[in-house]
Order: sequence, then C-alpha cells, then structure tokens
Amino acid sequence: MTGPPNYRLSQMKTLEAESVHIFREVLAELERPVLMFSGGKDSIVMLRLAEKAFWPSRIPFPVLHVDTGLNFAEVMEFRDRRVSELGVRLVVASVPEAIERGLVVEEAGGSRNRIQTPVLLEAVRQHRFTALFGGARRDEEKSRAKERVFSFRDEFGQWDPKNQRPELWSLYNGRIRAGESIRVFPLSNWTELDVWQYIGAEGLEVPDLYFARAREVFERDGMLYAANAMSVPPPGVEPFSARVRYRTMGDANLTAAVRSEADTVEKIVAEIAATRLSERGATRGDDRVSEAAMEDRKREGYF
Amino acid sequence: MDLLRFATAGSVDDGKSTLIGRLLHDTKSIFEDQLDAVERTSREMGDDYTNLALLTDGLRAERGQGITIDVAYRYFATPRRKFIIADTPGHIQYTRNMVTGASTADLAIVLIDARKGMVEQSRRHTFLVTLLRVPHLVVAVNKMDLVGYSQEAFQSIRDEFTAFATKLNVPDLTIIPISALAGDNIVDRSKRMPWYEGPSLLHHLENVHVASDRNLIDARFPVQYVVRPQSTRYPDYRGYAGTVAGGIIKPGDEVVVLPSGFTTQIAGIETADGPVDEAFPPMSVTLRLADDLDVSRGDMICRPHNAPVPSQDIDAMVCWMSEATLSPGQQLAIKHTTRSARVLVKTLQYRLDVNTLHRDESATALGLNDIGRVRLRSTTPLFLDEYRRNRTTGGFILIDEPTNRTVGSGMVVGVE
Repeated sequence: MTGPPNYRLSQMKTLEAESVHIFREVLAELERPVLMFSGGKDSIVMLRLAEKAFWPSRIPFPVLHVDTGLNFAEVMEFRDRRVSELGVRLVVASVPEAIERGLVVEEAGGSRNRIQTPVLLEAVRQHRFTALFGGARRDEEKSRAKERVFSFRDEFGQWDPKNQRPELWSLYNGRIRAGESIRVFPLSNWTELDVWQYIGAEGLEVPDLYFARAREVFERDGMLYAANAMSVPPPGVEPFSARVRYRTMGDANLTAAVRSEADTVEKIVAEIAATRLSERGATRGDDRVSEAAMEDRKREGYF
Repeated sequence: MDLLRFATAGSVDDGKSTLIGRLLHDTKSIFEDQLDAVERTSREMGDDYTNLALLTDGLRAERGQGITIDVAYRYFATPRRKFIIADTPGHIQYTRNMVTGASTADLAIVLIDARKGMVEQSRRHTFLVTLLRVPHLVVAVNKMDLVGYSQEAFQSIRDEFTAFATKLNVPDLTIIPISALAGDNIVDRSKRMPWYEGPSLLHHLENVHVASDRNLIDARFPVQYVVRPQSTRYPDYRGYAGTVAGGIIKPGDEVVVLPSGFTTQIAGIETADGPVDEAFPPMSVTLRLADDLDVSRGDMICRPHNAPVPSQDIDAMVCWMSEATLSPGQQLAIKHTTRSARVLVKTLQYRLDVNTLHRDESATALGLNDIGRVRLRSTTPLFLDEYRRNRTTGGFILIDEPTNRTVGSGMVVGVE
C-alpha cells in the first residue's frame, strides 16, 4: 500500500481509518468494553476493524450476543465459528432463558425485539460493561441519523435524544459515572453499500443467507418469509420455492427475504447500488409498527 | 473515489431541508419506502405536495414542531464522490449544532432566500463557517423561481455577499442561484437561468478541489494507544497507535517526542495490512520508534525543528454549549487531541456578537451559544497549534466534571 498521488485517502480507507480511531479511543478511555456480535454483516465488519485497530495484539475485549432464540441456525453456527477463529470470548445473554426466569414476558405477535432490551441491560450490569460497540449506521433509519458516535446512556440504558453530547472534530467524550455506559458506533458514517464493498475488499466471510439461493418461503403482508421451525406459514398459506437472499439478519420470524439473483459479493454490491428499497423497509416487519418505532425502542435502551 | 463532508446551514423557511431532499432525490439516494413514508406523512399533515423536508426531520419532537433540532447526518454518492451531509439547524439557539456540523466539514452551504436577500442569519452562518475554518463556502441563493429567475436579484445578493465576505476570512467562495423546490441548478445547469455561467451545485460538490486543504507540512502524531501484545509471537513489540493529525511521516524520519523532548527515528510505520512507506492525515497507523523511550497516550510525535512549544496558557475562541454560563475562575476538564487535563478560566477578553461581529469587552460570562475569546491555564502543558494552521491540533473540547457533559468547544488563536 502506498500513498496515492496528492495524498488523498480513498473514501473506503477514510472510513476505515475513522472507525479504527474510534475503537482505539474507547480502549484508551473506557474500562470493560464489549462488542455486540450477532453474526450479521455489520458486526462482521466491526470485528475486522477491531482486529486492525489493535494488531498485532488480539482483540482486547469480549463479544456479546443477545440471543433471542429466534436466530437463523446458519447465523448461530457462523457466530460460533468466527468467535473461535479469532480467539475472543463470547458472552451470550439469552432471551428464552430470561422469559423462563420471568425477567421478561413474551409479547403478543411473537416479536422479541422489545423484550431483548431488559436482557441486554441485565448483561451489561452483570458484567459491568461500560462501553458497548454496536454496528448501527446512521443511514439505516431516521432516529439513528441523529445519534452520536459516542452515545451516552444513563444507568437505565436510556437514550435522551434532546440531551446528547456535542461531538466536534474527532474528539469524543467518554466520561461516565458508575452504572452509566456509552454505546459506541464505529460504523456511524458507513452506508450499506460501504459495508458490502468493504466485505468484498477484505474478502470477509459472511453467512450464506446473504446470498441468493432457492429457498422455501411464504408470503405475509407482501413480504417473503422463510418457512422453517421458527417461522411457520399461517393456515392456508402455501410455502413455495423462490430465489431469495437476506439483506439483514434479524429474527427468523420477522426478517423477510428479498427476491434476488445476487449470489456473490460483487453481485450484491451491484444490487445494493441499484436498489430502490431501504434495507429495513424491505426486510423488517418490526420497523413497520410506527414512524417512531426505532426512536421509542432506543429511548428504552435498545441499540 | 474520495469523500467530501459538507455542512448545510439555514433556518426555518429558507429551504434547507428541501435542498437536501432534492439532492438525495435527484441522485437517486432516496428509497421508495422512505419516499412512501414521506408522502404518507405529507398527506397526514395536510400538505398538497410531497414535502421533501420530512426526509431529514428524524425525531418525533422535530416533526411535531416542524423544525430541525439536532445535527442529522445524511449520505449519498455519485459515481465521482461519496458525500456526508451534516444537516444543521440554523436558528441562533442552535449555534452549537452548526459549530458541531462545521467542525468536520470540507465545505459548507449557506442558503439565502432570493426574495429576502442577506439577513442577519446569513452573516451569522458565514461567520461560523469561517470561524470553524471550513475551507470551501457555497452560497446557494435559493427560491430563484419566486423572483422570476431574475439576474438582477441574484447579482444584487451576490455583490452584497461578496462585499461582506471580504471582511471575513473566506478562503474559497462560490455563489450559485438555485431553486431547490423546482430543481434548478441542482444537478444540471438550469435552462431558466441562461445568464448564469457557473457550475450546478452538484457539479461543484463533485469537483471542488480539496486535496490541498489538509496540513501536509507540519508533522503531528498524537499518541492514542500503546500497542503491546506481550504474546509469544510478539513478546517485545511496542507500537504507538494513532491518527496522523498533520504532515507526512516516513520511516527514517528524525522525530521528537513531546513532552519529554527525546529525539529518535521512525523505525517503521505499520498497519494490520502490512508496513507503509508514508503516513498522512487522516490515516490510522502504528509507529515504531528506533529507541526504547517512555511514550504514552497524550504524547505527541513531531519533527525536531517543527514542533509546538508545550504551553499551559491557551488563548482561544470558545463556543459555549451549556445552559450554565462560563465565567472567569471556573475549572473545567479539557480534551485536546488525545491529551486530557484541567483548565482554569483566567479571563474572558470579549464576547462576540455573532450577528454584528461587535466585540463586547464588558461581558463577564458566556451563555449558551455565545462565542468569546478566552484565556485558559491548564494543569499540564498542551501541544497546541493555531487552529488556522491545523484544525485537529488547534481544536479542543471543554467538559464539565460534575456532570461529564461537553459544555464548550475551542479554537486556539495566537500561539507564540
């Protein structure tokens, strides 16, 4: 790698450098950080950036997965394999187990999106994590567009959009008191396309569900859902085979697939560049609840 | 492909949100489901057109009040460049947000309503852009459709603005007549203003020359994190990780480490992807030094004959961002590059009226959104450059220790 003429960094390298800077800043200023790792594409990129930030040291923090019990089996298999390859410690906070203990109550409709928040916050308390790296991007959703890179959370994990710390230049304020924490978003300035271009450039492995394959699906509210143990078609609805891929890896019962021919990273990059539907709008039944669904969940301590 | 960060400043009704909506829409960066949601909300609010401004109003409180409260970041790309927009509200009570958005911007767009001409806020926005040293300024004279695309109307605003700009330090100024609502001079040159011979807004954004904006002369490397694997493979490895804040650093360079003043050479510049021949802003790299020195976070690596003089006295323009006031005698925490310390507010020389640029030397305190010139004394020496020389090593934030809030931002002036 040599400096390009006139010392301009490409946008990809600029984003990478900014993210690496953020990772290092957190390690220098906060104790007991943890990286949220779901096995999805954003958290895969996050792990790669964390590797780069501390090389030749190992990634100096554990990874945390809030397991709703409704994840795609392929993604769980991928998560475990990646964690063991990197030699990082995996902490799992289990939603089904929390339901059993009575910490949270299953909601009507089967979405565990909202009830995963208390489970996350309990794990944060138990392990006394003070900084949580999340893979959220500002291009994903309106309320995210206004969130800071260092997003302060009080002792209840709550986000107060009207009382955020100003962030100037590359100076981040990570000061907290006992019980408080910072959610850190190193991919704030990345877009879905950047993530895929980076996966391509770095040759990163991602779960096969991201690639177009012939899969058993059924239709609900105009979206295609996988027909499997966690996502059973309602009576009278017949599953059929279609060539689909997943743009996001949410819970299997609520994450829709999109029709696609993209079976390589290059084709996915081309598809994303041309798509006319947003990532969440195309695939997340849970975000359709209201204009402010995400804003409300975030105020309660959601990522 | 490179990256351009720009900030937009405007107030209620001058069409800033519409302009951003238009840029996103015309570069096909708005997704159909987002547009559907906007159309739905437009109808619910009783608008008879698709209100593109709704695309940028993210929070419920903002939609309720029909205003933008906080900085929102937007993203779009063309085949030439990727763009990050810091969309900042322009009302005086949100000065701190505009300062925040401008702090990282390569370029700023100030909107002027063609019907109203230059108003107080146009002057304020321009001043803040120059205070934050945004290298390129675009004045978008908007709503040209409402003045019949009149060349005279545009020229009169252009002349008035140019006269005003000479009083400030505007490095690179471009003035473009547009209609965000009708799409004139946004992507393509407008046929309705044949008298205008300059570029369209997007053409300018795609082509503005930003290569020489960064300081590539004065080598500055704030040590961010010490990498010590202590592993069997790397038992004695010690590297200094950080982001290059200025200059070009090469292996073999003689360097001095502040504050110790010890000199050594750069033994190597490393990244996870392998060694590199040179490092320049804003690369994140790891430096190895030829000698075994005691170097830690907050130290600064520079060239021996081009290094800031460590100083505990700081003269700065401060933008105050808190409801509790700033006044002499107060103690605060400061974060400058990777170095933290405490400061005592020694004197407030003046408060600046951001509308008239009048210096009020009788001021005894700075309130929320005030800007003033302040002298601070720090507990330990800081390695300061003038902000106009280097935005990274000349900028700092102030933190209130009891609440941990970021309460101010500063730009260093007058380093001896």
